[in-house]
Amino acid sequence: MNNKYNPALFWFAVLNAVATFLLIGLGGLVTSHEAGMSVPDWPTSYGYNMFALPIKFWTGGAFFEHTHRLLASVVGFLTTILAVWLWLKDSRKWIVWLGVAAFLLVIAQGILGGMRVKLQMASLGIFHGAVAQTFLVLVCAIALFTSRWWQNSETQKQISVPRGLRKHIFYVTILIFIQLLIAATMRHQHAGLAISDFPLAHGKIWPDASADAIARYNAERIETYNVKPITAFQVELQMVHRLVAYTIFLGIAAAAFLARKKLGGRDALTKFAFFWLGLLTLQIILGAATIWTNKAADIATLHVMVGALALLVGALWWLVAERRTRLAV
Amino acid sequence: MKISSFFLLLAALAFLPVAHAGDITGVITLKGTPPAAVEITPIKDDPNCSLSYPGALPKTKFYVVDANGDLADVIVTLKGISAPSTGASAPSVLLDQKGCLYNPQILAVQTGQKIIVRNSDNCVHNIHTVPKANDPRNVVQMPGGADLTFVFDKPEPFLKFQCDVHPWMFAWVTVVDNPYYAVSGADGKFTIKNVPPGKYTLEAAHRKLGTQTAEVEVKADGAAQNFTFEVK
Repeated sequence: MNNKYNPALFWFAVLNAVATFLLIGLGGLVTSHEAGMSVPDWPTSYGYNMFALPIKFWTGGAFFEHTHRLLASVVGFLTTILAVWLWLKDSRKWIVWLGVAAFLLVIAQGILGGMRVKLQMASLGIFHGAVAQTFLVLVCAIALFTSRWWQNSETQKQISVPRGLRKHIFYVTILIFIQLLIAATMRHQHAGLAISDFPLAHGKIWPDASADAIARYNAERIETYNVKPITAFQVELQMVHRLVAYTIFLGIAAAAFLARKKLGGRDALTKFAFFWLGLLTLQIILGAATIWTNKAADIATLHVMVGALALLVGALWWLVAERRTRLAV
Repeated sequence: MKISSFFLLLAALAFLPVAHAGDITGVITLKGTPPAAVEITPIKDDPNCSLSYPGALPKTKFYVVDANGDLADVIVTLKGISAPSTGASAPSVLLDQKGCLYNPQILAVQTGQKIIVRNSDNCVHNIHTVPKANDPRNVVQMPGGADLTFVFDKPEPFLKFQCDVHPWMFAWVTVVDNPYYAVSGADGKFTIKNVPPGKYTLEAAHRKLGTQTAEVEVKADGAAQNFTFEVK
């Protein structure tokens, strides 16, 4: 059954996606400023109803944490409306269930954020970050599925995308998600920079992570933020993060050139793949800048946001490619 | 017992050897040049906290060392002593939040001893403990709010207090389960008073430089033991 394009629904889904992306940015600022525990209570804020917290308390770390909670409430509200709208107006059962899934996920995400604060479990922050990325992909996919292109694509001639290229993109996207999990684990150690130089690492190609070396790194480090001492695990994790970043870059570069070879330079997916490559280049520069600026909060947060965009581009590329190929057969 | 026998017994007791408690004293020094303290620049971006610093911003205090190399803020404890904590009856210790900094930044208490946390600032702070052995706690303290009391029941080195509203604010509290400990002063000196005679392991712990130990024997006139930390 062909569903009719509903521009209001589509643009509402886009609005939800944009708000979610901004929410990820604000969540990134919370962690970058080490402000996640600045408002100890939840769902109240400093004992007030969250929506009635006097503005005089919106200072320091509490500004980031409180505005994150408020924007999260907005996203929760938008997602609820989107789910109801899809339920009432979209004839495709599978997208109705996607709306329900988004609704359940945003509720779970809110509770997860609250539990992170209430239980004082830093590890929950990793899951909170991972669910945020998954949720962004989901709401953007819903926006794609409600778009004019998706719903009119059956009536237009489609060019298939070779299976090998689609698989390649799929695996690179999965690798980006794994990279985001690694990154979330790094950030939620709350230990600042485990390696403070780049492209070398503690002055070497592969850093010394012996107990003596770790003690020396910690003794040399003068923190102005309340970060924990670094550990060998964190040093090695950052090295893994760097290696995976190089692998993703090569994977996306290969995808872009393969797309140009198989689909031609004028194909939208080829252009999208090169945009993806540009995004990854920016992401690596931001990763380096995060180290060179001693993890300046704004730079580190931009690194989080561009990482989320990189995952999103891969996921949308793959969905569009699958759609085109299915309709071209 | 005849009166003469009683006095004879008293005289004998008076000449019996009695084990007197002694003090352990020493000086902590630092060899080498530590990393320079840096200005806590995030303070200037906070409209409340920056009011406390119209001139120069405060600096980090990880290495409090004088021109002679005397090192402050080293926690010295005795290992292997079987003495119960007297924390419940010990005077409480004040941990003040003033100028958006914790004061002191390093302190030591006993298990069961009260730490009074005060907000002397005109802004809100959250007091967030990040322990490894004790239970964590995170509470808000409004400006002018009542003092808060923290008590820890398990020994733990360098238990962190932090404020997440002002993430440059932190202090470390070492919790010990006996009354025999000291924190080195600005002159690097420390004294652990009234230690029962015996052989012990003395441990000196610095927040950045790790720990050192030494075997000491406390006699009636006490014992002396210095420590030298080195910046590699």
